[in-house]
Amino acid sequence: MKPVAFDYFDPRSVEEAMELLGRHGEDGKLLAGGQSLVPLMNFRLARPTALIDLNNVDELEYIRESDGQIEIGAMTRDRDIEISPIVREKCGLLALASSWIGHVQIRNRSTIGGGAAHNDPAGEIPAALLTLDARILIRDQAGDVREEAAENFFITYLTTTLEPTDLLVGVRLPTHPEGSGFAVEEFARRSGDFAIAGAMALVTIQNGVCQGARVSMMGVGPTAVLAADACEVLTGAEPKSELIEEAARLARDEAEPDDDIHASADFRRELVENLTRDCLTTAFCNAGAELG
Amino acid sequence: MAETLGLYFGKSQPRFEDTRLLTGRGRYVDDIQPPRCLHAAILRTPHVHAKISSIDTSTARALEGVELVLTAEDLGGLAAPLPLLVPHPTLKNPRTPTPLAVGKVRYEGEPVAVVVAEDRYTAEDAAELIQVDYDPLPPVTDLEDALDEDGPLVHEDTGSNVAADFLQVVGDPDKAFSDADVVVSKRFVVDRGASIPMEGRGVLAEWNGRDRKLQIHVSTQAPVPLRAGLAQMLGLPEHDVRLVAPDVGGGFGPKAIIFYPEEILIPYCSMQLDRPVKWIEDRREHFLASTQERVQIHDAEIAFMKDGTLLGVRDDFLMDAGAYVPYGLIVGIVTSTTLPGPYRVRNYRSRLRSIYTNRITVTPYRGAGRPHAVFVIEKLFDEAARALEMDPLELRETNLIQPDEFPWDMQMIYQDTSDVIYDSGNYPACQRTAAEAVGYRQFQEIDRAAYRKEGRYVGIGVANYVEGTGIGPYEGAKVYVEPTGDVFVGTGSGATGQGAETTFAQIAAEALGVGPERIRVATSDTDKFHWGVGNYASRTAVVTGSAVHKAATKVRAMMAKVAAEELEADSDSLVFEEGSVYVEGSPSKKLTFQDVARLANPLRGNLPSDFVPGLEATEFHVPKTASYSSGTHAAIVEVDPSRCDIKVLKYVIVHDCGNMINPMVVDGQVKGGLAQGMGGAFFEKLVYDEDSGALLTTSLMDYCVPTASEVPEPEVHHLITPSPMNPLGVKGCGEGGTIPAPTVIAQAVQDALSELGIQIDSIPLSPGVLHDLLTAARATEA
Repeated sequence: MKPVAFDYFDPRSVEEAMELLGRHGEDGKLLAGGQSLVPLMNFRLARPTALIDLNNVDELEYIRESDGQIEIGAMTRDRDIEISPIVREKCGLLALASSWIGHVQIRNRSTIGGGAAHNDPAGEIPAALLTLDARILIRDQAGDVREEAAENFFITYLTTTLEPTDLLVGVRLPTHPEGSGFAVEEFARRSGDFAIAGAMALVTIQNGVCQGARVSMMGVGPTAVLAADACEVLTGAEPKSELIEEAARLARDEAEPDDDIHASADFRRELVENLTRDCLTTAFCNAGAELG
Repeated sequence: MAETLGLYFGKSQPRFEDTRLLTGRGRYVDDIQPPRCLHAAILRTPHVHAKISSIDTSTARALEGVELVLTAEDLGGLAAPLPLLVPHPTLKNPRTPTPLAVGKVRYEGEPVAVVVAEDRYTAEDAAELIQVDYDPLPPVTDLEDALDEDGPLVHEDTGSNVAADFLQVVGDPDKAFSDADVVVSKRFVVDRGASIPMEGRGVLAEWNGRDRKLQIHVSTQAPVPLRAGLAQMLGLPEHDVRLVAPDVGGGFGPKAIIFYPEEILIPYCSMQLDRPVKWIEDRREHFLASTQERVQIHDAEIAFMKDGTLLGVRDDFLMDAGAYVPYGLIVGIVTSTTLPGPYRVRNYRSRLRSIYTNRITVTPYRGAGRPHAVFVIEKLFDEAARALEMDPLELRETNLIQPDEFPWDMQMIYQDTSDVIYDSGNYPACQRTAAEAVGYRQFQEIDRAAYRKEGRYVGIGVANYVEGTGIGPYEGAKVYVEPTGDVFVGTGSGATGQGAETTFAQIAAEALGVGPERIRVATSDTDKFHWGVGNYASRTAVVTGSAVHKAATKVRAMMAKVAAEELEADSDSLVFEEGSVYVEGSPSKKLTFQDVARLANPLRGNLPSDFVPGLEATEFHVPKTASYSSGTHAAIVEVDPSRCDIKVLKYVIVHDCGNMINPMVVDGQVKGGLAQGMGGAFFEKLVYDEDSGALLTTSLMDYCVPTASEVPEPEVHHLITPSPMNPLGVKGCGEGGTIPAPTVIAQAVQDALSELGIQIDSIPLSPGVLHDLLTAARATEA
């Protein structure tokens, strides 16, 4: 369990990191928290010849509010997001979702950019960014920064729209509207494990009517998936228990899980329906709905 | 033997080793870094079963930084099969591995070549460059398929995959079954698991070419026999080989196996290169290359009279032996002799077939065949209780061996070839204490139904066990009073974290009358003590502890003789207290241990011809039979059918290991054992690819060892029925926490889901397994 030989680079700025990325292209790999990449390297499943360490690129580590939106730098630690007063107050779902990532020791190292770029189908970050309708900020070799909707960014298992020479520099998130509630439900073998399945929801209520609902699921497909039919059936309706159950059934039908060593596809479908139902129930309750 | 509580013996003394271990100052094999040390990597086959047609090491040898590459061809006489550690008459075709594969590989991970280089990175790079051409063979992985006479063979020359077919018969089981009113028959399956110590295996060998001496540090449970065997294989006198097991981060059985290929290869490489060579097992290797346990398939039945009197048990089981059988039939014999448990089984037939498969060798792992036995007998009792319409605990109680029936001769032969004779115990008290503590009556009569009313699925499980501990052949100890007045205790059975440095000190302290903090204990260094067998089978406290007691008692007598002469008193009138000796009633005129040590080793003067200097004695303890610990576990478990998850609401352990040297250490053993038992109950499972047979769970991400969050905090009750088999009245406590845990969880889950008609006859459980059971039950209902 030792990696093959590689060159190590320790850039101090985005400029420098971009230059190294451009030079090494597909043979280079960016190191963020390293907790997925380094085991892959030790198992020799990943064999980059150049490792470009972003941990000293301070300009990628920030949480700030701008024009009513939250911007978070790619190298911001998940633990910092979890405990950030701004995130907790204005974008609480992200703080809550972050708290489900591994254990505190893991979150002290793991980053939002790493979680997004790695795109593990059971990861919390992709599901949270989908639920929050986040924009992913990507810088290319020409120096331009493009924005991509989370729904377009995550393609499939461990794959995003990032080109080998692109750098994910940060994310931009809308703050939660008035009257919103959110929840996260996961089921994992052990505390801190990647979830077998999970669901996240952000809903908004006005005058007892659901103004908007975003539900996403993790661990039940090649990437986190937005349960679009479930969102649609909820939006504009009065959130009642039967409706939530229907939404959960729709979500189940939108899941495309595979069998793996921990759970069969059937089990995952059943789980995700139950988790989605529980998650929506909590989210609506938190938004002040009376489910009856 | 009466219950004993001394000044030091029997006290909850915090462990001396913990200061070192808990402040990060433990010293494990990998912490030892001699200058000029080289590093080894093992090339392991990725095939489950294949012929080796050719090996080309030339590219690997040419890589910069590589010092040595060896395949079986390069080993000369060392390429021979390793010794059969525990032979058995029914082992018709025993096969043991060679240090490196010769011509064929029989399990994924079997060593094919060893590479030694400047660092481990280079060694692994070079191992990748070795070209091995394999002709894959069909894998033998399923125990029943392995019996097919026309199927593939793990060892072609044996003509069969059956390594042994062993029958033990007690009484007249067939008559018992024909006389029975009620017979219950069932098939039970237990799956494979790995022990996963925090520290994997590791070997550091330092050959001194000038003096022709070899020093080896190994993470092992059996330092003394390992040295003896290595010296013989490498052609060295034992006294020119020093073997040390430094701090060992857990063993649980697999580190007691001599020999692992690496334990021979690394010293051999060091001798070839005249430089230190180190190999540290990484986690992936541990999954592939350290021995494992647990696969058994039982077809078992039990016979009762209408009134609930147990008449007999018949069991026919298959046991996965893995690819080789260096440890003989130990696991299977332990299963078959443990199965009758605390019950009056007067008619018993046990047939065991040990089956070669293309898997890593099976050897004892904490519990060692007993979790299987308990699962079978306890589940049979549950089924029979249902058939007899009796309460399962009442049915058990009717058939328990009573406290006045000891010694109870099982009329069977144990793993150490001694007779299975239960020495002492109070099984009814164990069961009653557990039932009361868990609230059995209240649960049966009220709570289960009350939970159901709330929509919750909650069930109860209770299981008994008896564990043969403290087996032979022997252990020894040397006790020496230093000129400083401190005491040295040397033993050779090794230690892997059980607290031997504390408990042995307490035993010697009690015998000598000196505080345990003044006693230094060596457990695992052949330069300090070179007799012993090993630290396994819950035997160290019993066998080594008794030897320490005997040696310390002898030294006390030696001290009394010297002190009596000096104090001009009768030795019977002497008091030994806090490191001093005085005549009863005259504490002011005392000799310190330092004084006595000085008197015992005069540097001038005329001495009698039979004089022996110093205060030193070596004694051995040879148990006639095992000492039998016992206990009962009980649990109340909630099942969440929407997530197929379980939550342990209450877990009670009643445990009787005779006198306790240090109750705090016993608690630690019992609770740690439960953690491992929970792994085997619900979390841990080795998963293999269905087609290739390759292992899919090779990291702790996929193999779910439970963490502190998943292990319940048990309520532990200690009962004390001292053993008459040793001077301390102790019995082993290393495995009792593990043995019944999977059974109790399975019982409780089945009980919780009883209205769905779910039967649990296989362990471990998991959410996936629960989902399948629930789905099948719902389909039947619909």
